[in-house]
Amino acid sequence: MSLYRSDRNLVFVLQILSAISGAVLLLIVGFLLLETLPILQEIGWWRFFSDPAWYPTSQQFNITPMVVGTLLVTFGAVSLATPLGILSAIFCQYYAPTALATIYRRLIELLAGIPSVVYGFWGLVVLVPIIGRLHPPGPSLLAGILILAVMILPTVMLVTDSSLTAIPDHYWTGSQALGLGTWATVRGVCLPAARSGLITGVMLATARALGETLAVLMVCGNIVQVPQQVFDPVRTLTANIALEMAYALEQHRAALFVSGLVLMIGVTLLVLLSELIQPQS
Amino acid sequence: MNRGTFLRLMPLGFALALGIQACDSTNASNASNKIILTGSSTVAPLASEIAKRYEKENPGIRVDVQSGGSSRGIADVRQQVADIGMVSRSLNDQETDLKAFPIAKDGIAMIVHKDNPVGQLTEEQVIGIYTDKINNWRQLGGQDAPITVVNKAEGRSTLELFLKHFKLESPKIKADVVIGDNEQGIKTVAGNPNSVGYVSVGTAASQVQNGGPIKLLPLNGVSASLETVKDETFPLSRSLTLITKGTPNESQQKFLDFAQSQQVHDIVEEQYFVPLS
Amino acid sequence: MSMRRNHLTEPLMAAVVWCTAGVVTLILVWLVGDLVWQGGGQVNWTFLTTSPEKAGVEGGIAPILVSTGLILTVCMAVATPLGLGTAILLTEFSSQAGPFGRAVRLSLDILAGVPSIVFGLFGNALFSKRLGLGFSILSGGLTLACMVLPILIRSVQEGLQAVPQDYRRSSAALGLSRTATLGTLILPAAMPGIMVGLLLGIGRAIAETAALIFTSGYVDRMPSSLFDSGRSLSIHIYDLATNIAGGEPHAYATALVLMGTLILINGGVSWLAHRFRQSRLQVI
Repeated sequence: MSLYRSDRNLVFVLQILSAISGAVLLLIVGFLLLETLPILQEIGWWRFFSDPAWYPTSQQFNITPMVVGTLLVTFGAVSLATPLGILSAIFCQYYAPTALATIYRRLIELLAGIPSVVYGFWGLVVLVPIIGRLHPPGPSLLAGILILAVMILPTVMLVTDSSLTAIPDHYWTGSQALGLGTWATVRGVCLPAARSGLITGVMLATARALGETLAVLMVCGNIVQVPQQVFDPVRTLTANIALEMAYALEQHRAALFVSGLVLMIGVTLLVLLSELIQPQS
Repeated sequence: MNRGTFLRLMPLGFALALGIQACDSTNASNASNKIILTGSSTVAPLASEIAKRYEKENPGIRVDVQSGGSSRGIADVRQQVADIGMVSRSLNDQETDLKAFPIAKDGIAMIVHKDNPVGQLTEEQVIGIYTDKINNWRQLGGQDAPITVVNKAEGRSTLELFLKHFKLESPKIKADVVIGDNEQGIKTVAGNPNSVGYVSVGTAASQVQNGGPIKLLPLNGVSASLETVKDETFPLSRSLTLITKGTPNESQQKFLDFAQSQQVHDIVEEQYFVPLS
Repeated sequence: MSMRRNHLTEPLMAAVVWCTAGVVTLILVWLVGDLVWQGGGQVNWTFLTTSPEKAGVEGGIAPILVSTGLILTVCMAVATPLGLGTAILLTEFSSQAGPFGRAVRLSLDILAGVPSIVFGLFGNALFSKRLGLGFSILSGGLTLACMVLPILIRSVQEGLQAVPQDYRRSSAALGLSRTATLGTLILPAAMPGIMVGLLLGIGRAIAETAALIFTSGYVDRMPSSLFDSGRSLSIHIYDLATNIAGGEPHAYATALVLMGTLILINGGVSWLAHRFRQSRLQVI
């Protein structure tokens, strides 16, 4: 399709803006590589997975338990928050009366803006003692999953909600005319139509869960181990960076940047995976 | 149409903004009437309050305090990013290139929940607990409950001092919870009746004063309090220190003198530390 | 058969949906109720208009409010044009964007997953050290801008994609340039999505702590310019909650103020979005 001259100008400007947006990642990756190259050249990749344990000040750099911890916390939180978030959006769109839906949406937006520090703080003084009474010690994989699930729920809900809003009205009226019930319409018509939005919401939520630092640090117990059950404490890669970065020097510091790099690789894999399952428009 | 023009102007504005930043940045941080402190999160609130009073008494001078950690304070001073560093311990043998200016004293105390019947621990018992040789309070005369061991994260000065005092090594410690700053440790212990941890004496004492459900355990029979830290009978203490690389310049020296003077003793006590006499 | 199953499924699912909403509301009320209960008594005019004393245990949060506002302004002033521009290119001109567009899209998806603490270290190295901005509101705002970009762009894209293709086709049939179509039709129609993006962005930025500790800094005095270090509300909460003895009451109070601010922003933005959409549609 040919373009007007004004369009060509616009595209040019937009390309510059996009290039800046895209360059941010290159800058960050470049910076991470710069910081990690010395240690990777010196001790190599493999030691980060084969060392006996993580004692960076004693030259032991095994990060495997933290990779497992990160994956478990994220997976748990996402599988809890996804159904809750999607059902919440459906509630707003198709079940609640308009006034109630507006209030509910405002509540969720509020939830989206509560700083992670506050979640962590609340988790530490309210949730962790409750879990501790059920099954000591308290700070655990479970606490992390629950807090993160509440944190990422708004992301799933708001993105799903806005993509459900975008479905043309006649989809709904058509289905009603066929005599289908509310749920049947939601399941058969609305959710498939909003599929791209749903996947985006879950992706954003997963990314947020993977990257969350302070709340997880405050409730997970931060023990470097592969948990045997949900009541065991774990440490995530992000908590590892936050806990030790301010105090780390030289090789220890570089080892923490490797944690960051591994996290980036994980995110990249996740994105490539979702590219595969995302319907191409 | 309007929107098109607007869109075209946006990147221009952005570039301009960046340009202005680049020009202005040169004179932002190098002014001689500005002193930058970075380092230990234990010292930062104290230094911040001292800085405020100093600014009030010396108009025109600005003292910026940034938190981070003792190691960062040392690194920043070495790289001359900061004028003065803050560390929550004394300098060691590898740090002879730096000059130390102690401003207050602090101790590290073992804490347990208020409801825990165990009233004191010997050094051997502490070592036993932290190496998982003792893992039930019953072995110490308490209730039949597993001990939740709270430890500090790798690299923190408090952990270093704790390890040094008990002659432990990090890999030998088997903890159940690892925490960052002092208050997090206190909240963790307050929320779990079967836990044991170690934190700054001052922070813990202030919690007890405000009705927090924790208690400080004596160490080797010496009670953990600001008084025993002050008369130097408490075995596990440290000094909070400001550091510079080489000899400080005139305005830095003036601030350091102020921070070590009688004039700030009330601030030191307000922050639950012990002033140097 | 299917009708009978329908009779069971419909009320069952309605119950499930209502229950979910109930549970989520309960959690929220519990959380917010706790904050209001613990912090409500502390928040008053003096708290909002005085400077912190004794490391925040006494006094108020006035300078911290100002710093937070400035950091957010810098962040959104940089992120909004970049985000809108990128989203429009990727969605409306995807044929012109080509492999370049795909690369940008991929890099943004990855960027969305970069942990905030890594942004903090990056911002510290690039803005504070390399560009010489030091610990300043500007460094903090720019770092946050990088961080909210992906979430902003993805939401704006969703909003744009939600505009029916008919709009674009009929406008093209009328011989309108795409630029004109965009300004008069698509953007107004996509306003709700754009606003959700801005909201999520602001929400993410205002709540951020880890990225700001190393960039905008810890100084709790009133900032006199964008080159001053300024402590944000979230850093204040973090410091009070984990580092200051007796800081808990003011940590609660500050958290409450932060949430109140957010409610105001949310309300204002959705009111604006509503107004904007109506006025635009009237023009058409």
